[in-house]
Amino acid sequence: MSSTSLDAAASGHGEESNYLNAHPGIGSWLTTLDHKRIGVMYLITILTFFLAGGLLALAVRAELFTAKGDLFTPDTYNKLFTLHGAIMVFLVLVPAIPASIGNIVMPLMLGAKDVAFPRLNLASYYIYVFGALFMVYTLVSGGLDTGWTFYTPYSSSHSNSSVTSALLGAFILGFSSILTGVNFMVTVHKMRAPGLTWTRMPLFIWALYSTSLIQILATPVVAITLFLLTFERTVGIGIFDPALGGDPVLFEHFFWFYSHPVVYVMVLPAFGVISETVAINSRKHIFGYNAIALSSVAIAAIGFLVWGHHLFISGQSELAGSIFSLITMGVAVPTAIKVISWIMTLWRGSIRYNTVMMYTLGFLWIFTIGGLTGLPLATLNTDVHLHDTYFVVAHFHYVMMGGVLFALICAMHHWWPLITGKMFNENIAKPVFWLVFLSYNATFLPQFVAGSRGMPRRYHEYLPEFEIWHKASTIGAMLFGLGLFLILFYLVASLLKGAKAPKNPWNGLSLEWQTSCPPPEHNFAGQPICKKGPYEFPETLSA
Amino acid sequence: MIPFLLPLAAQAGTVEPASFLLPPAATEYAKQTDFTWNFILITDVVFFIILMGMMILFAVKYKQRQEGEKTDPTKGSHLLEAIWAVVPSILLLVFFALGFQGWINQAVPPADSLDVRVTGQKWSWTYEYGNGIKTFANLKAGTQDQYEGEGLVVPAGKPIRLTMSSQDVIHSFYVPDFRIKKDVLASRYTVQWFNALEPGEHQVYCTEYCGTAHSRMMSRIKVLSAADYSAWLDKNTPNENEAPEVKGQKLFAANACGSCHSIDGSKLVGPSLKGKYGTIETLEGGATAQIDDTYIRESILMPAAKVVAGYAPSMPAFQGRLSDDEINNLIAYIKTLQ
Repeated sequence: MSSTSLDAAASGHGEESNYLNAHPGIGSWLTTLDHKRIGVMYLITILTFFLAGGLLALAVRAELFTAKGDLFTPDTYNKLFTLHGAIMVFLVLVPAIPASIGNIVMPLMLGAKDVAFPRLNLASYYIYVFGALFMVYTLVSGGLDTGWTFYTPYSSSHSNSSVTSALLGAFILGFSSILTGVNFMVTVHKMRAPGLTWTRMPLFIWALYSTSLIQILATPVVAITLFLLTFERTVGIGIFDPALGGDPVLFEHFFWFYSHPVVYVMVLPAFGVISETVAINSRKHIFGYNAIALSSVAIAAIGFLVWGHHLFISGQSELAGSIFSLITMGVAVPTAIKVISWIMTLWRGSIRYNTVMMYTLGFLWIFTIGGLTGLPLATLNTDVHLHDTYFVVAHFHYVMMGGVLFALICAMHHWWPLITGKMFNENIAKPVFWLVFLSYNATFLPQFVAGSRGMPRRYHEYLPEFEIWHKASTIGAMLFGLGLFLILFYLVASLLKGAKAPKNPWNGLSLEWQTSCPPPEHNFAGQPICKKGPYEFPETLSA
Repeated sequence: MIPFLLPLAAQAGTVEPASFLLPPAATEYAKQTDFTWNFILITDVVFFIILMGMMILFAVKYKQRQEGEKTDPTKGSHLLEAIWAVVPSILLLVFFALGFQGWINQAVPPADSLDVRVTGQKWSWTYEYGNGIKTFANLKAGTQDQYEGEGLVVPAGKPIRLTMSSQDVIHSFYVPDFRIKKDVLASRYTVQWFNALEPGEHQVYCTEYCGTAHSRMMSRIKVLSAADYSAWLDKNTPNENEAPEVKGQKLFAANACGSCHSIDGSKLVGPSLKGKYGTIETLEGGATAQIDDTYIRESILMPAAKVVAGYAPSMPAFQGRLSDDEINNLIAYIKTLQ
């Protein structure tokens, strides 16, 4: 690329000089302190693990195509679903949006040069890679067969698989998560551009802020828990194993005290993405800015008090179960407010049907199903029937996988011009959306039916009466996998021969669009100043 | 229909057949749960139609005709948000109350319940009646619906209280037709109860992941009429005068030994026991061992001590689970497998 531009003097950088080409060579990437480059490295790493976790899922679905356990041995199947869950939760969903897209976009949205602690940011990435290496070691050294939940005493005293390395991996990954959270919180507090008040912050920032709060408060608890479990397994100190005088339900409490809030670590950033994309493509102010921003914080706060709904049938007291059910109902309210706010944003808008908007509406469909099917799981007597069946599997895939993944795909398309400086081919992307959306529903809707009819989860073989639902689900999953490969294909193709992105291709008002696509190394030519909110589009101004 | 916030109806109804989304409801408690389910389902469908109807309507009606066209300047509505917070809150409280009602009914087993002890172990369920009767139902190797053993046999129209514990990891005792499920732990007893309306058979699953054969840890509940049940009780009173190998054969089945050790020479997870007594086997590591009473006893109590070459040390230890008498009976049975 040429760097001889007449515009160079005005911006202080050559027009063609951007963060991607400012420093050449792989070494400049691996030692970069630039939040955008770190975000890109996160994105590539996370997508690589998503591919691994996805292929494991397809292997699981292939086994379940028939009722008999005829493809893998039971032990192999148990390792497949465990590794699928562990990789997807710890390596993909938790960092998916904040560490990759958030890292790239957040400082730009704030009008900042970088995050508050760039070195800490790079350290977070390498801690993530270090933890991931433990998971890779687990994968190749005998696998893991405990389920991603590591329930004791199976994990501590019964499993013959590589539990210790997986525990250490998850333990280390937690530190990456905590440090990113700290970094983001300080950045939001201290690095906002002049004029960017709290109520002018894009809702994506509010979501990342709430997410960081949960990461900082909840992750240490799971770190300690996994550490105790490692001790029990390696040294034989009895904490959770009844044979050693421990209490397995204590482990469940510790584990879910983290692992329920972590659901919101996954899904709050997804909410943030949707708030941005629904407003910008409706050319209209987001409906109920305060309600959406504060409901993120409310979800983060109430989310800490509902872990016991994973333990309704565990033997915890009936009183505790009742209280947890009641509080869980409370989380549904702020979530419902978000959904109605997004839908009301469409009202009397001028809706632009690009790929991003299609994934946004697809998210709303999927998340609404995910949310509504959570209600019989929050309710006591219906949960007793549905707990640990495929109904739960379908529900959390709708919320976590559907919600987070659709938002991640949406975010990747929305900020693709900003990240790569290229436009992807909308004419290919739109039909692929329909394949992805329809096959997604074909995969998981049948699982609700199998589950409410009583099909238990984590079954290698199952009764023939459930076969039709599993067959439909497996066919859907294979098509879904194909759809995701097609997305990868056209996005990579856009890097090679996509059109050059213009500045601000979607006519956004938030600060990340007020610089070039892709941005220069230090984000902005001068100090950007925020003069109005991110959703005050010119179309809404009355004549 | 179940009256709202009242105790369970008298046990006089009939089994509700399976619907598209639910298995048969074979207890009054199950019907109460289904009432909650149906109430939530209808609410969910109504809200789904409202929300997605609005979304699709707006998405079609407000499609962009030309770039830069005017849009509505509304930034929100406190009234709409307040309504949207209050109406769902009320419905959520109704869900909670319906769920709580069933929860309390399940939490308090009737005083006149018949007690059965349920023991979960990798990977079978056993039922003890307190009068010496011990039953089980284990999947026959290679099948998905053929059982060895009668399973949990109970009379219809009588509340049955299950007091449950585990010998090893966490299991969970799930009966879809009764809408009941509870984890089974080694650290404490857990309790659940049911009152089956009519004679029939019901599926039992383990729903807490417990290792290799988790998906085969199924069992059966057989509900008999009161008269049939009392005849069954008479017939199954334990007979102390049986020969040791006959008792051993029953123990072999009750402890699900056959799910890993065949008696016909075929290789399963563990070695077949056919014709093994008295032979010399090569062990993992190269040593050899004579298959005698001492070896069998040790292999039952501490299976990892001497593992036959070519097999994984995956058998659970039966230390503390079988008495000396029971082990002797098992050895007597294994001797007969020639």
